[in-house]
Amino acid sequence: MISPERPPGEEDRVPGTAGSLLAFFEDLRSEGVAVGTSEILDAFAALEQVSWTDQRDFREALASTIAKSQEDRRVFELLFDRHFFRAAEAEALQHEVQEERYDGSDRLDLDELREAIRQAISAGSDGEMRDLARLAISAFGRRGERSGVIGVDVQRIRRALELQARGGSDGEQAALDPQEVRRFEQHLRRELERATIERTGKLPPSRPLAELDRTLPTSPTQDLAAVHRAVAQMKRRIATLGHEQRGRRRGRVVDVRRTMRASLETGGVPLRLRYRPKRPRRPEIYVLCDVSTSVSSASVFFLSVLHALHDSFRKLRSFVFIERISEVSDIFEHERDFRKISERVSSEGGVADVSGYTDYGRVWLEFGEEIAEDLGPRSSVIVLGDARTNGREPHAEIFGTIASRAGRTFWLNPEPRLYWNYGDSVMAAYEPFCDGAFECWTTKHLEQFVNVVAGGRPADLTRGS
Amino acid sequence: MPDAEQPRSVAEVREGLGEAGYLADESSALVSFLAQRLGKPVLVEGPAGVGKTELAKALSRHTGRPLIRLQCYEGLDEAKALYEWNYRKQLLRIQAEAGGEAEPPEGSWEATRGDIFSEEFLFTRPLLEAISAEMPVVLLIDEIDKTDQEFEAMLLEVLSDFQISIPELGVIEARTRPLVLLTSNNSRELTEALKRRCLYLWLDYPSVERELEIVRLHTPELDEGLARRMVEVVHMVRQLDLKKPPSIAESIDWARTLLLVGAEDLDRETFEQSMSIIVKHRSDIDLVAERVAVKLGDATPPAGAAGQTQA
Ligand SMILES: Nc1ncnc2c1ncn2[C@@H]1O[C@H](COP(=O)(O)OP(=O)(O)O)[C@@H](O)[C@H]1O
Ligand SMILES: [Mg+2]
Repeated sequence: MISPERPPGEEDRVPGTAGSLLAFFEDLRSEGVAVGTSEILDAFAALEQVSWTDQRDFREALASTIAKSQEDRRVFELLFDRHFFRAAEAEALQHEVQEERYDGSDRLDLDELREAIRQAISAGSDGEMRDLARLAISAFGRRGERSGVIGVDVQRIRRALELQARGGSDGEQAALDPQEVRRFEQHLRRELERATIERTGKLPPSRPLAELDRTLPTSPTQDLAAVHRAVAQMKRRIATLGHEQRGRRRGRVVDVRRTMRASLETGGVPLRLRYRPKRPRRPEIYVLCDVSTSVSSASVFFLSVLHALHDSFRKLRSFVFIERISEVSDIFEHERDFRKISERVSSEGGVADVSGYTDYGRVWLEFGEEIAEDLGPRSSVIVLGDARTNGREPHAEIFGTIASRAGRTFWLNPEPRLYWNYGDSVMAAYEPFCDGAFECWTTKHLEQFVNVVAGGRPADLTRGS
Repeated sequence: MPDAEQPRSVAEVREGLGEAGYLADESSALVSFLAQRLGKPVLVEGPAGVGKTELAKALSRHTGRPLIRLQCYEGLDEAKALYEWNYRKQLLRIQAEAGGEAEPPEGSWEATRGDIFSEEFLFTRPLLEAISAEMPVVLLIDEIDKTDQEFEAMLLEVLSDFQISIPELGVIEARTRPLVLLTSNNSRELTEALKRRCLYLWLDYPSVERELEIVRLHTPELDEGLARRMVEVVHMVRQLDLKKPPSIAESIDWARTLLLVGAEDLDRETFEQSMSIIVKHRSDIDLVAERVAVKLGDATPPAGAAGQTQA
């Protein structure tokens, strides 16, 4: 008999949600799906093999053991969405699923912890990774570095642990398998989630669990093409806007010469007015991109957005920032290769990354002083960032001034909207100054943004003209 | 029994299948992963030509497990699926033993009997072969819906116990657990009992994007724009109520054909000349010609032909 290796301590994972699973099965039964004991046992066995924070795997694992025809599957889908994750979390809470936590983080030496974690990761030991993830969380919790947002904490802890997949820059440390590093991050995330629910004693705001496990594209090359497609689409939309408007009466300009010429056919009587074709305005775009660690996996995505924007728009200036802001238009214009761009941005960006936390207030001050005077009604400002100030002065009023100088201002935030304004996120301070603020961490979101900005409301684009 | 190496993540399986030339969607990858981790058979259902058989083959390539295939057909019985004694050979042996003597010596029949019911005289069929394999294998039971319920019951036993009792030889137990895939084109309902034993995977026609990837994988030389257009047309054709809608297999064939004839665009003429590759039934062909072909543009008419009217 094959009994797949399971990391110790993992057995308790599924029973925590057992009650709600059973309720779900009841639901299915009442809809006519034959769920017997063997299906239930299989489902539990399958769930032990996948990460229950990955909604897709969770769903597929359940479906493959429970829904055994196309028709069953259809019912399954309907009920799953209605029923599932909220119930599972509620159940865990009700039963006060509490676990002993590794204690001793007071005596903890950060270097030792780092080393232990590196070892666990290179050994690929799941159980150990999980224990160490807990340890790391309590260690950082004590140092007061928790932002209150799981995705952010994961990034910060990862950074503090220096867990780059590539070897350290000094070349001393051996490279870690990126997949294993990701697995460790998954443990971090799961444990953080558990800790949050236990601490607050209530559920986080209702949301699909897939959002907890933010699937930012970790390998940029993979999604680069999709990003480029979305941006190219945006460009096309913007470029054709002028033509679309030719069909409208509003704002058309009579072309006197062409009207006169046409009137020759009708004996000099200008029966038909000719209009001047409306030239699409060449957009002038300023993109400001947060490349700090709290958005580090996002910034890879953002950089690829920048890359694509540069590909499509000639009048584009791009800036990156962490504690300070720095223009990188040049790098993008002269470098085609995405990997090289990322390297150059991090080595030459000059964004001062001492603390690793973004200083939005300071960034606005600098941008306001040095660049904002170039802004005009034709310029669009796009900010890519999570608006996490780490408790520093947000200087929203300066941001407001910048936004009012620009024709339009958009904010793309790499966090799900539900996280905005939790922890140290001050999105609410900036949002009123924007013409639109969007969550944006997948190409899907980017496409939505493009649709709204470029396609959905063309009137917006002519604002200020 | 020696365990085959276990995949560590769904992503690993997905990548592995990709390397083996199979572009698995999320559920195929996950179910393949679970099948290995849990040691459970998979029932793959779906219309013909959506990659059910190929999934098993790709899993075999990816895991390095040899593929043993049992192709089902109407009337398949256990003699062809499990094992059969080689009577002819047994008979020859008996005759040889007898050596022409009228009266065989005392006790020699016992010896001969033990002799001729040994593995040497056994035709090993796919199921037995999979169970007695030294190495972990992939066992593909293809198109199970073509057999009858009796056969299904027999299969169920085999899949439950992973052992076969041969009265003359004793019980043969599996040394390794095969990775079992059963496919069905859904031509009849399978029994609850069989479904109960299996993980279930429904494979359907893929999205345009995935199908395009698959087509491009098989015909990388075909111009991407043309390939996309072709896949879009296939999807259009699938919307019609056809006797036999084109599958991935047909898309691939069509792509190969377009490549072969050096088509540059999928205009009406090219379509009409080659559409018999994707639709086979007479009535289907008529329907497709009527509904789809007319939507495709004519090839740019040669200069001077502009005034021609359509018949
Ligand atoms: N996901 C896929 N990746 C690569 N090729 C595929 C995929 N799905 C189907 N094919 C191809 O489509 C064809 C038909 O698949 P097949 O497995 O014979 O279909 P089925 O068994 O469902 O009738 C095969 O040539 C196979 O290579
Ligand atoms: Mg087949």
